Order: sequence, then C-alpha cells, then structure tokens
Amino acid sequence: MGEQAMNLPPAPVVGPRPLSASAGSPRGPRRSRFALASERVFEWVIRLCGISAILFVFGIFFFVLREGVGFLFGGLNLVQFLFSTEWYPTSVANVRYGVLALIAGTFSVTGLAMLIAVPFGLGAAIFVSEFCGGRVRETLKIVIELLAAIPSVVWGFIGISVMNPLIQEIFHVPVGLNVLNGALLLALMSVPIMVSIGEDALKAVPDSFREASLAMGATRWQTVRRVLLPAAKNGLLAAVLLGVGRAVGETMAVLMATGHAVNIPKSPFDPVRTLTATIAAELGEASVGSNHYQVLFVIGILLFSITFAVNLVADLIVKGTAKG
Amino acid sequence: MQFTSHVVSRTRRSVRHGLALGALATFALALGSGCKKKDGAPEGSANGSAEVGKKESIQNIGSDTMVNLAQAWAEEYAKVEPHVSIEVSGGGSGVGIAALINKTANVANASRKMEPEELEKAKAAGEAPNEFVVGFDGLAVYVHKSNPLESISMEELGEIYREGGKLAKWTELGVKAIPGARSDDIIRVSRQNNSGSYQYFRETVAGKKADFKAGSLDMNGSKDVVEQVAKTPGAIGYSGLGYATPEVKVLKVSTKKGEPGVLPSIATVHDKSYPISRPLFMYTPGTPSPAVKKYLDWTMSEAGQKIVEKTGYVPLLK
Repeated sequence: MGEQAMNLPPAPVVGPRPLSASAGSPRGPRRSRFALASERVFEWVIRLCGISAILFVFGIFFFVLREGVGFLFGGLNLVQFLFSTEWYPTSVANVRYGVLALIAGTFSVTGLAMLIAVPFGLGAAIFVSEFCGGRVRETLKIVIELLAAIPSVVWGFIGISVMNPLIQEIFHVPVGLNVLNGALLLALMSVPIMVSIGEDALKAVPDSFREASLAMGATRWQTVRRVLLPAAKNGLLAAVLLGVGRAVGETMAVLMATGHAVNIPKSPFDPVRTLTATIAAELGEASVGSNHYQVLFVIGILLFSITFAVNLVADLIVKGTAKG
Repeated sequence: MQFTSHVVSRTRRSVRHGLALGALATFALALGSGCKKKDGAPEGSANGSAEVGKKESIQNIGSDTMVNLAQAWAEEYAKVEPHVSIEVSGGGSGVGIAALINKTANVANASRKMEPEELEKAKAAGEAPNEFVVGFDGLAVYVHKSNPLESISMEELGEIYREGGKLAKWTELGVKAIPGARSDDIIRVSRQNNSGSYQYFRETVAGKKADFKAGSLDMNGSKDVVEQVAKTPGAIGYSGLGYATPEVKVLKVSTKKGEPGVLPSIATVHDKSYPISRPLFMYTPGTPSPAVKKYLDWTMSEAGQKIVEKTGYVPLLK
C-alpha cells in the first residue's frame, strides 16, 4: 500500500479526468488515479460531515452567546431575571425581565410529560421487544415511527382544537390550554423516541441472559424485571433522557397548547408559558439589537445551559453505572 | 521500506488536514456571501425600471392585523396590473418597518405610527419614509356567545386588563352565570407582547404607561384570540373587528360607565364614537418607485377601499 502511495502526487484536490485513468502504478492492484482521488475526496466529505456537528454546535452557541452576552453582563439585573415572575419586556414605563414563571412553565410541562411518557414509553419498549410476536412487532414499530413523524405544529393544532374542549369537559376546568394539555402532547411526542431507543437497548441484552433466567424457572415478567431491566439500564436511561431533551426543547406544540400565559402553575390545569415558546413568540417582532432582543438570547443561553446540564448529568450517570 | 512508507503517510495526513481546513473556510465564505446577496436582492427588484413584459415585484411586509387586507389587495391588484406582483408577508408592524429601513421591503404595513427611534434609523439609513393612512381598524372586545353581558365600559376593561386592576370575577361585572363556564374567573385572552394590537389595546384601555396583568392567555394571532374566546365560555378577548365569527359575541363599549355602549362598526369608527379604533398605515421609502406609488394610490382609491370594507376593516372617508 505504501509503495503505491509513493508513486502518487501528494493528495490532489480534484482527481484527474478518467482520460488519464490508465496512468496508474504498474505494480500492485490496478487502481486508477481517479478512483484513488475520489476515495480521498469522499474521505474528506465524510470527515467534514463528522466535524460539522461539533462545528455547528459551537457555531450556534457562539452566535447565541454573542447576541446575548453583552446584555447579560451589562444592564441585565440577574437577580430579577432569575427570581422575578414579572415578564414585561415591552412595558412603556417599567420594563421587567423576570423569567422565573417561564422556567416554572418549562419544568412543569416537561415534568408532567415525563410522568406520563416514561411508564408508557418504557412499557411499550418492553412489550415490543419481549412480549410480542414478529408480525405484531413490525406493525407496532411502523405505527410508532409514524407517530414520531407527525410535525409538532400538527400536535399543537390537535392541542388547540381537540384536547382544549376535551380537557374542559372531562376535568370541569375553565381553560383547556394548560400544563396538562401541553404535557400530554409532549408525552405523545417523546414516547416514540423512548420506544425505539428503549427497544434497541433491550435487544442489545444477549439472549443467553434470557435463556439462563428462564432455565432457572423465572417467569417472563420476572426475567424482564430482574434480569433485562438491570442489564439494559444505561440504554433505557439514555432513552428517557433523549425524551426529556425533546420535551424541553419542543416549541411549537407547547406554544399553541399551554395557553402561553406568564404564570406559576398551582395545578396541572393552569395555563403556563415556556422558555422556548417565549423566544418563538417574541423574537420575530423584537427590533434587532434592542434589550428585549438581547434578553431573548439570554433566555437562549439559559436553555442551552439547562440542556447541557441534563446531558452532562446523563453522561455522568451512565458512566457511573457502567463502572459500578 | 517500512520506515519510508511511514513518513510518507504522515506527510499525507498533514496535507489532508490543511485541505480540510481550507474546504471549511471556503464553505464559510460561501455562506457569508450568500447572506449578503439575499439582503440586497429586493432592492433592485422594484426600482421602477420595469421592462415591458417583465414582472415587477413589490415586497409588502408588516402588521399581522393588516395581512389579510394586504393579501386581498395584492390579489385584486394582480387583475388591475398583471405585470406587477405584490408579495405580502406578515410578522408584525415592527418587522415591516425594520424591513423598510434595511430596504428588504418596498412597502411596510403598520397598525401603529412609526416610532421616533425607527424614524431616526430610517433617516440614518437614507431618507425619511412616506406615511399613508390606508384604512381604519376597530379592536372589538369579544366574549363567548353564551355570555349574557352586552356592554362594557373602558374603565371596566382597564380594571380587567391592567396590572393591579381590581376586576377578576364575572359576578363583579354583574354577570351571574355563564352557561358552560366552570368558574367565575374572567379569563383574559390577549396577544403576544410586541404585537400592534397588544400595544394599541394596552395604550387605550390600560393607560399610556400601564402594563397588563400577568397570566393572560397570550395568543399568537388575531384569529387565534377569537378562536380561543369561542372555545372558552369564561373568556374575554380583543381582536380586529374583521375577525368576528358567529361563535363569539362582540361587546358594546362605552367611554364611561353608565353611558350607552357603542357597537364597533364602520360608522362608529368614522365618527370616533367607538373608543377603540385606530388608523392603519402603509410606509414607503421617501422616493417610492413609480410602481409602488401607483399601488398605494390604488389602495386608497374607491376600488381599493371596497376591499377594505369586504375584509372587515373600516374604509377611509370618501
């Protein structure tokens, strides 16, 4: 391989035309210069794709930081920002940038969504992976993937037009756009992710575990609970956390279904507003460079920090359990 | 042999790295220049030098309140002047004015007057824009169709919406029971805090320097307000006059409690007896292209104003 490489000019950017394809090395396997060059081109393209993910993350972080950091360290009252519930960015006389109610909104909707989605998601993953036969499994997987493909605007629309009156009717509450509505939508949106990743995690447990357990006289449920769940713990945790990530970051559906009211919820039937929805609703009309515009980017930095913390904790847990 | 091949592969690798970086740089440059091009594009598109047979496009951006009207105008104008295409998009008054200032729009729609800061910016970027009043909008106050309330005063609206305002229950307004409502709470439906309607309603109802009570349902569009009120028996909301549906009830509004309320209509907006109405503006650059000028003249003509009426807004005085 090395000898052949010596005969070539170092790393041409674009390979010569196929015309000179025969001008390869006389020794070794006959590969045209074109083939070798295109091989390298593809290598770079793929490398670029790999690097681009990192590049984009840093690019986005840099951009969000650049727009927000000036206001974060010059002018923004951080105590008010984090601990006040008063969000009046366009007030004429008394502008206040308190996001506590928005943080409460994000966490209440996400938390309730996870309470609903985790049992359903993991339950479905266990069923699909362990309890159902080939044809049922294939059908279920297709349907679940279909669920994942529904755009979030459509979910939001369902929240407004179907769930809104339904929640008013069933729970006898005055407003149908509330924490519960948003949480149900987010649960439905994150269940497919949990199912497919959770199922993969369970499938990764070697069959010998199942055989050994069943041979010891355990029932199928005992096998799942005592053998498979502990063995697939990390993968299942990853499934749950990816679901959390989806729920925290989701914008359109919660913008439409939670009522978009700046409010610390006292029950699941109170309308709330989330951090993401605030950015989505207000960035379009905030004039570029204004304090309001910048504070929305500070919210972006806050969201970035929250997701970073979630991912970091997840990583540490996964690493910790892997060692232990 | 082993040794030399090793050296060669090392140099190759470093060369490869250099090239990868170069490719990245080119990519970034391409992105940068792409953005620039996009910004500058519409500038030349309506400079008036339209050749015969070539389509000229006018970028018309701004107020969400006016987007239905602007769209209807654009469609009708396509029949009048087939070689001019008017591209309408919403986003809000602020968005439209910003687009006019940085020259990505030829006409900005605004449901409020340009602010002094915006005027400064426009002057700094070139010249002061022209302002045209092209119609009127009345903000109607909507409640659920089963709500027995008929009339409300500006003071009461203020107490309901203003931060620190005292009215929070329907019984305090004298409304005994709303069929289907699960509680006595007045559920306030509002708009996102930088929409023209929000700012106009806040100014006229809550007061020039006041803010709204927190906890209202802040909808993202004029139509959403009406839809939300229609689905919530205990709700009250404000939105353009043109968005009324049979599912909601439009309240009469009186300037003072005890005075007879006025139903928003074309007549009551014109004679200024309806207290929550406002002019609608279109802004053009200081020296509009002939095509833009012609379009503006047409919107204010009888044919244009007929469409204002048809879309539920209030036409200019004849």
